[in-house]
Amino acid sequence: MPARRFPGIHPFRHGKVEPVDLIALFNELFFDYTLRTVAMGAAVLGIVSGALGSFAVLRKQSLLGDAMSHAALPGVVLAFLLTRSKAPLVLVLGALIAGWLATLWLMNIVNRTRIKEDSALALVLSVFFGFGLVLLTYTQRLPDARQAGLDQFLFGQAAALLQRDVVTMAILSTLALTLLAVFWKEFKLLSFDREFGASLGFPMGVLDILLTTLLVLAIVIGLQAVGVVLMSAMVVAPAAAARQWTDRLGVMVVLSAIFGAAAGVSGAVISSLAQGFSTGPTVVLAASAIVVISILFASNRGLVWNWVRHQRSRRRLQLENVLTNLHLLASQHADATHGHSIEVLRAMSAQRGGVARSLAVLKERGWVENVGDNLWALTSEGISAAQKVIQERGFEPLPSSNIDGQSRAPEGDGGRAE
Amino acid sequence: MNAIEVTDLTVAYKDKPVLWDIDLEVPEGILMAIVGPNGAGKTTLLKAILGLVKPAAGQVLIYGKPYEQQRRLVGYVPQRGSVDWDFPTTVLDVVMMGRYGSLGWIRRPGRREHDQAIEALEKVGMAEFADRQISQLSGGQQQRVFLARALVQDSQIYFMDEPFQGVDATTERAIVALLQELRQAGKTVVVVHHDLQTVPEYFDWVTLLNVRRIASGPIEQVFSEENLRLTYGGRVAFLRDRSTEPHSPEDIQGAGEALSGHSSVSTREG
Repeated sequence: MPARRFPGIHPFRHGKVEPVDLIALFNELFFDYTLRTVAMGAAVLGIVSGALGSFAVLRKQSLLGDAMSHAALPGVVLAFLLTRSKAPLVLVLGALIAGWLATLWLMNIVNRTRIKEDSALALVLSVFFGFGLVLLTYTQRLPDARQAGLDQFLFGQAAALLQRDVVTMAILSTLALTLLAVFWKEFKLLSFDREFGASLGFPMGVLDILLTTLLVLAIVIGLQAVGVVLMSAMVVAPAAAARQWTDRLGVMVVLSAIFGAAAGVSGAVISSLAQGFSTGPTVVLAASAIVVISILFASNRGLVWNWVRHQRSRRRLQLENVLTNLHLLASQHADATHGHSIEVLRAMSAQRGGVARSLAVLKERGWVENVGDNLWALTSEGISAAQKVIQERGFEPLPSSNIDGQSRAPEGDGGRAE
Repeated sequence: MNAIEVTDLTVAYKDKPVLWDIDLEVPEGILMAIVGPNGAGKTTLLKAILGLVKPAAGQVLIYGKPYEQQRRLVGYVPQRGSVDWDFPTTVLDVVMMGRYGSLGWIRRPGRREHDQAIEALEKVGMAEFADRQISQLSGGQQQRVFLARALVQDSQIYFMDEPFQGVDATTERAIVALLQELRQAGKTVVVVHHDLQTVPEYFDWVTLLNVRRIASGPIEQVFSEENLRLTYGGRVAFLRDRSTEPHSPEDIQGAGEALSGHSSVSTREG
């Protein structure tokens, strides 16, 4: 198969073979310089954005991450223009300052004008990003060849990560995570109950700025690899996924970091195996996959389990209803073993359908028996089971007159059921 | 010495005064209600005393010293609705936050804080909920958790913002019992309150507030129809009629709402 190449996107491995040879893959992960560097870089950015993203998500600042990452672009380009250096630390510092200024500007707009936060976010994001794009195109026209590669900050180019980039990322991440650990208690207080924290004497404004700065730091760490456009996904996705699995802040932050790292490494590996898959977007897609899986299958909140639980309780309820309805019919009939038509039970059932299935289950348990053509009666075990249910519920189903009438003519046709 | 002394306190939002020239002297060991219509500045008064809102003018003294020096003596119960109850944390964890002030920077809560939190939860009847996620609590249980968090602060003065808001009768009785217990222990408790009917029953002092301080003092001296009319603006006559007959809490709540609803109009008149 001919390698498909997208303009501006360079897969860093060429012509790898499928099917995937796992041993060869692990070999490469540990010994191949490029893949190892990229995977480590992606893991580092996943860990730090996952951990700090948890706080952004809990403080309902998910979109702030988006604004910050877009706002970082002019900072990167300006840092280059001023220093003519592409050292990662210089560019990251530029991004940090720009992202931080954007955040301060945003807070000012929200606090001092009638403009609401969503509009202010859109405003700040587009102004900074637009300015960044203008600067970027201007820079690319410069005769200076050193500007080459600045555009990788747009969509990111994990494949171009060098060891020195990863080292810078790792040092900054360690710094951010250390501060997060040191001020853990204070940040938790800030995120949960800011005013109470202030009443205790903690300077919540300072803590807010510190935590926001750490978030900006986490974002700029990932910019080179994932790009300003997609970086906000790395802030939100692992945290949103982690929130599905736990109700503890500590667990959530650790889990979110693990999800971020997993997305980073798997994104790097997948893009190394598949031709033409750019690493940054692949990492984001991996993170999104984790979110989808978490939303569907998480132990407490997962939609699938919720659905299963709901169906189960619905079936149990229906089973009990059929049981108690039969009990009611029997109690109104002189002969307890008299059979009652399935149509009568259907008429008595609040839910549509499922009566036949419930009867089948009840029969399997030996609580009802089929005493004729679609005629059902409770066994003695069935009677005691029904009485137990009624006792548990604390009330008996209300006898209604039309059902009463039907129960005396169980042979009635199905058309009357409604 | 007075537990709380507020002098000339004025708070303005933009150029609209929310509190105007408030003087307040609260002696030690009393249970005091702050009542007034919606928008009267009750919550703002609490926040201004606690330094959460910056006053335009005025001074607040706690046992004769500025609040900043006396923080450890003050406990705070914010409005229940002021936080996100879906936050991923447990009841015990929230209660332990009450110890954060004494712990200071960086130090984490340990065994001692854990035991104090459990003890406080027992006092509010929530011990078996210690490991519960806070989103699984009912409104009354949330309020009890907030009270427990204030209890572990082990303060001399407590400020509570509408602790009876939206709680059931059982919780209301439990909170009242707790307030009385605090007073017996010599604490001073200031409560923002909405329900005029229960003021004489629950409290021994009252401050009537509507941007200005209308009156403040022992119930029997200041909780008069005259003062209520000044506070709520001529709409309290039916209060006395109703107070002679028994009624459900919903009725009373409704009466309070009705009162507050009218007040904004009458404030402008006065």
